[in-house]
Amino acid sequence: MSERILSVLVEDKPGVLARVSSTISRRGFNINSLSVGPTNIEGRSKMTIVTELDAVEQVKKQLNKLVNVIKIVELDPNMTIETEVLLLKVSINKDSQTSVIEKASLSNATSVDVGQDFAIFELTGSSKELDKFEALMKPFGIIEMVRGGRIALQSNL
Amino acid sequence: MTKEQLTGAELVIRGLEYLNVSTVFGVPGGAILPAYDPLYDSPIRHILARHEQGAGHMAEGYAQATGELGVVIATSGPGATNLITPLANALMDSTPLLAITGQVASTAIGNDAFQEAYTVGLSMAATKHNYLLTDASEIPQVLKEAKFIATTGRPGPVLVDIPKDILNQVAAWVEPGDLDLPGYKPTTEPNPKMVQQASSLIKKSKKPILYVGGGIIHSKANNELFELATKFNIPVVTTLMGRGAFPDGHELCLEMPGMHGNYTATTSIQNADLLIAIGVRFDDRVTANPSFFAQNAKVIHADIDPAEIGKVRDAEIPIVGDAKSVIKGLIEALGDEKLDTGNWVSELKEMKTEFPLSYNQEDKGPLKVPYVLEELQKLTKEEAIVVAGVGQHQMWVSQHWNFTEPNTWLNSGGLGTMGYALPAAIGAKTAYPDKLVLALDGDGCFQMTCQELITASTENIPIKIVVFNNGNHGMVRQWQKIFYNSKFSASELTHDTPDYLKLAESMGAVGLRIMEKSDIEKVFNKMLEINDRPVLVDCVVDPDDMVFPMVPAGGSNDQIIMNEEDLKNL
Repeated sequence: MSERILSVLVEDKPGVLARVSSTISRRGFNINSLSVGPTNIEGRSKMTIVTELDAVEQVKKQLNKLVNVIKIVELDPNMTIETEVLLLKVSINKDSQTSVIEKASLSNATSVDVGQDFAIFELTGSSKELDKFEALMKPFGIIEMVRGGRIALQSNL
Repeated sequence: MTKEQLTGAELVIRGLEYLNVSTVFGVPGGAILPAYDPLYDSPIRHILARHEQGAGHMAEGYAQATGELGVVIATSGPGATNLITPLANALMDSTPLLAITGQVASTAIGNDAFQEAYTVGLSMAATKHNYLLTDASEIPQVLKEAKFIATTGRPGPVLVDIPKDILNQVAAWVEPGDLDLPGYKPTTEPNPKMVQQASSLIKKSKKPILYVGGGIIHSKANNELFELATKFNIPVVTTLMGRGAFPDGHELCLEMPGMHGNYTATTSIQNADLLIAIGVRFDDRVTANPSFFAQNAKVIHADIDPAEIGKVRDAEIPIVGDAKSVIKGLIEALGDEKLDTGNWVSELKEMKTEFPLSYNQEDKGPLKVPYVLEELQKLTKEEAIVVAGVGQHQMWVSQHWNFTEPNTWLNSGGLGTMGYALPAAIGAKTAYPDKLVLALDGDGCFQMTCQELITASTENIPIKIVVFNNGNHGMVRQWQKIFYNSKFSASELTHDTPDYLKLAESMGAVGLRIMEKSDIEKVFNKMLEINDRPVLVDCVVDPDDMVFPMVPAGGSNDQIIMNEEDLKNL
């Protein structure tokens, strides 16, 4: 099943995230990724929902019924700029230090904090790039990791 | 001039008056108490229910009978949780409802305060929309918005939760302004191109069926439907929620299709080459297994809710719009076209004669509900508002009662809420004190909300209740008989407990009883004569009777079980 990306413009009102997620889960569908944040318009937020829905049409219609949902656009994966952010805390020691830093830098990850025995990297990129970076770091011992939801914009007008 | 300063509670009552609300149903309690103070001095009539579920169903009955907003008020915590059933019921049956609930003080929210429940969260999936207010000044505008959302588009329930401190907060009365709802713009006018395409399909059809439901009633489109059907000679099936949208007894009326539908109605859909589906949602009680449903038919599906179109069955012609506008558009687009449906109509007419609804009432035998219903309707001279619960009796009423007007048949269709009839009848009678309102109930249903009989007598709402008393959860028993080898697990209630005559009397109503055929006329006439109090008729009926025709859940509508004989071949 291929992924579907919905860009949902909503009114910035309390409970709107709960309404959207409960509408999706109520119909028995899963969400791969969901991110929400403000837009350039005051009082409007945008949610980016990544799902693997067979019945994406039905979910779109159900979401459209929510009073606080203003507009839903399904993004065409071929015309979409998509990005995701990751913070990864990895353990380091004298032996591994150089190798970790080298691999991080080759992956375009930025070091945001370094301690005696750990380093935190930040990486922004496609989900695949983030997956790859995670795999690279794994042998060194990932202490903690967090990924933000995927966000996307259509690359044409 | 400074603006008039009111408390939040006063703003609520003023707001309801401003929205022309004349009747509310409810139960007071701690968090909502401030609102009951100005309510006392308001011209708005408050009906004190004995349980919030009852209050909610009363508001639904009021709304279903009038087509207007029903309003219910409850307190926080258990008051609000007791409302969840009527809210879910109203959502399923698209009934316009406004629920106002008290909430613990905003400063206490989240602290597990006394009688605190997360009402907005609990009711989210049971309402069309809901609100938690944080400032008294919002009240007038939010109430206007709530009514607008509840009554427009596909109608439904809206809940407004108001913390107690907000009810006590002082704010100015400001007349509500224009609504700002960027995400809520129901499409009522259909796309003319789609209507045109639909009419081309209709012109070509030789076996069309108008498959219509509750949407016709919400949209008050029954006259337009009548014109469309009769002008172009198209047979009509009316779903459970659409009974009364097209008059029973008319030669084009095939009545109810589906699980317990008329043979001809169900079969006409199976044999049709075109379904003109308006204000229906292809419910599983109509379609049975959708893969076997109307396999030869193309589908025109018109609904005001775009999410219904294509949900169960793909439509060749999807039309989003209000039923009335859609039908008007179709009539116009069809113009003076003469459809070639003569053979189809006669074929179905013959089928109706060959496969009528049947029951077998023996002279000395136990009473059968269909027989009693037909006798009751004969004795009822005026058009009654008929309210049912859920189960066997509901199906029998839908099958055997002759409905000729919209809004005269109230029942819980989608959610199947037992206990709906009595309180909903109270709501309907409150709206129409001069009309005959009959609650035709089962004993299992009645026992779920029977305390509302006290509401009916103390509030002087003289409804008439017939309890079809078979001493069982009849539909459960029927399924156990068919699918569980007659193992009657937990379905027996007993005929004589409670003693319905004493129960009626103790609750301020008149109790009467029908045991056999010879009682029917006498008792019903007496019931119809008494108009100063509610009347309850305990009508003892056959526990072994079953509702037919029947298509088992998930089966095919091509295989209709007509009677007990057919069961042996299952």
